[in-house]
Amino acid sequence: MTVDSTAARKPRRGSSKRAGAKTRAAAPGEPELVQLLTPEGERVEHPDYSIDLTADELRGLYRDMVLTRRFDAEATTLQRQGELGLWASLLGQEAAQIGSGRATRADDYVFPTYREHGVAWCRGVDPTNLLGMFRGVNHGGWDPNENNFHLYTIVIGSQALHATGYAMGVAKDGADSAVIAYFGDGASSQGDVAEAFTFSAVYNAPVVFFCQNNQWAISEPTERQTRVPLYQRAQGYGFPGVRVDGNDVLAVLAVTKAALERARTGQGPMLIEAFTYRMGAHTTSDDPTKYRRDEERELWEAKDPILRLRTYLDREGLADEAFFAALETEADALAKRVRDAVRTMPDPDNMAIFENIYADGHALVDEERAQFAAYQASFAEESN
Amino acid sequence: MAAEKLSVVKAINASLRTALENDPKVLVMGEDVGKLGGVFRVTDGLQKDFGEDRVIDTPLAESGIVGTAIGLALRGYRPVVEIQFDGFVFPAYDQIVTQLAKMHARALGKIKLPVVIRIPYGGAIGAVEHHSESPEALFAHVAGLKVVSPSNASDAYWMLQQAIQSDDPVIYFEPKRRYHDKSELDRSAIPAPLHAARTVRQGTDLTLVAYGPMVKTCLEAAAAAEEEGKSLEVLDLRSMSPVDFDAIQASVERTGRLVVVHEAPVFLGTGAEIAARITERCFYHLEAPVLRVGGYHAPYPPSRLEDEYLPGLDRVLDAVDRALAY
Ligand SMILES: Cc1ncc(C[n+]2csc(CCOP(=O)(O)OP(=O)(O)O)c2C)c(N)n1
Repeated sequence: MTVDSTAARKPRRGSSKRAGAKTRAAAPGEPELVQLLTPEGERVEHPDYSIDLTADELRGLYRDMVLTRRFDAEATTLQRQGELGLWASLLGQEAAQIGSGRATRADDYVFPTYREHGVAWCRGVDPTNLLGMFRGVNHGGWDPNENNFHLYTIVIGSQALHATGYAMGVAKDGADSAVIAYFGDGASSQGDVAEAFTFSAVYNAPVVFFCQNNQWAISEPTERQTRVPLYQRAQGYGFPGVRVDGNDVLAVLAVTKAALERARTGQGPMLIEAFTYRMGAHTTSDDPTKYRRDEERELWEAKDPILRLRTYLDREGLADEAFFAALETEADALAKRVRDAVRTMPDPDNMAIFENIYADGHALVDEERAQFAAYQASFAEESN
Repeated sequence: MAAEKLSVVKAINASLRTALENDPKVLVMGEDVGKLGGVFRVTDGLQKDFGEDRVIDTPLAESGIVGTAIGLALRGYRPVVEIQFDGFVFPAYDQIVTQLAKMHARALGKIKLPVVIRIPYGGAIGAVEHHSESPEALFAHVAGLKVVSPSNASDAYWMLQQAIQSDDPVIYFEPKRRYHDKSELDRSAIPAPLHAARTVRQGTDLTLVAYGPMVKTCLEAAAAAEEEGKSLEVLDLRSMSPVDFDAIQASVERTGRLVVVHEAPVFLGTGAEIAARITERCFYHLEAPVLRVGGYHAPYPPSRLEDEYLPGLDRVLDAVDRALAY
């Protein structure tokens, strides 16, 4: 539910109500959240957020989620095979990422953390670019300005401030694009995130804070970070917060669109808490059996974002077997492309250590680069 | 008690356990230190045995962790906080540098800040960025802090005991690439003072000074040099603030040559201070300029390049050759 629902309200399109659509109230004990597609794949309405998508668009969202999951699974496998040093899987968070990513406009700017592979996909970043950092060949590997998708950020919460500053710049320029910053529930404890909330509020910056509450920060549950639902934090800073079913791609899309539109039209920041679940380990180095129970995962598997859209598509007859078969083939091809790209990804040249440290150059770097080159060359001479 | 052989991780765990048992004021704090036992399992089992009140999973906020540890210390506790990785200490750097380091002086010595900050540091584990850095000089530069780093299980155990018992803030850097190396720990021993360097290998031609992860590398270099007929002395510095200059001086007066090795960038690093001081103290004993081997003035590189960046046997031996050539 919105804290300030009027501010976040989006004009409803007359045709958005499908025959038989219901408005669903939160069941007792369940968190209040915006939902448009139930875990059973049933379409429901929400008083503040609605969305009306064509069959094509619905299939598109499904395709995005399936391909993202396949990419993620392939990366996890590549890590197991020693091709990547580490991988942070997004398994279970596809709807949160695709829904929000597809809500952005080309001229919006995205500040991700390190797990936003689905958002990157929506932004048109080549998935193979995401792997260089995890393979250890670079610290980023793409030009952020090409797709308005900033580099991954490892230090928790930092990017919330960068997004805010960028948004302040957008406002100064009089542009009507918006900025979106991604972070986790754990990150909400960082001072940087609190400071980002402060700055964005006092400068009315066109930024949307998108918190994927996947219930865990490595081994620590959300209760270790907060005593109030995270979306309610926004109220204290003076902007609206909303909790959305993060496994419902339609609801995430609707809410994020509304928030971005708010930002674009000069109404300032908004916090979205996407209530979702990290189905796998924190990263491939983590062992979740140390701190959480299998039953919890099973509970969330029943809310699988992909399954529920599939049920809906099937029920409404919005996609045929040919579509699913073609998608399967496409996913296989993507996996193969990623696998081949990683296996043939060249190691960086040794001299890359000294590249791009300063834009204007630096005498000490020049000196050390020359020493390093001479030292490397001495081995070549020896072996001749 | 007989000496036991155990890993650095197990030794730190044992040391924390001893401290928690001996002093009810000791607390262990940090991200994931509870049920998970820390991402390196350093705190494994401690919460189970000492409870959530003493082994505290904190919110994901380093400034908060150190800031509240300061408050707890002001109230008479002895917090031992874990920073998950070297690169994540910086959100807490403000609290450490502007507050923790200076309060004792500002209070005219009337308050004590017995806070230990444990930081796994250094590279060679194939990690992504911010997981392999060696920021010790940034802390050693700040008056009011003490900075140490063990290189083996015995020191890991005893230096942590001493750090916890110290009434000063101690930054305790753990060489993460050596976490699983095993060595002897004698819990009935009388440990050397926390800030004393130790001669870990005797030699006559040149002194190698290192600490933390590079001690093992220097021992290997000394063994390799011996095959070439060179006799290298290796000093484990153990403490970067204060530095045991007397021990280095004594060694250099005998060998006449000094090479300092660390993973951290050479520029303005620990080695720079040692080179300057030893040049002052041993000018007439030195047969060669003091040389340094370490990281470059470059961000820690992607892991596929870390072997080139980190000082290895070859680079240490190369510096040894250069020093001996004078
Ligand atoms: C400043 C900082 N402290 C610690 C870490 C180590 N770390 C990496 S991810 C993580 C948990 C993050 O949890 P959350 O913000 O909920 O995001 P999630 O990974 O669950 O998506 C921690 C503690 C870090 N990267 N940065």
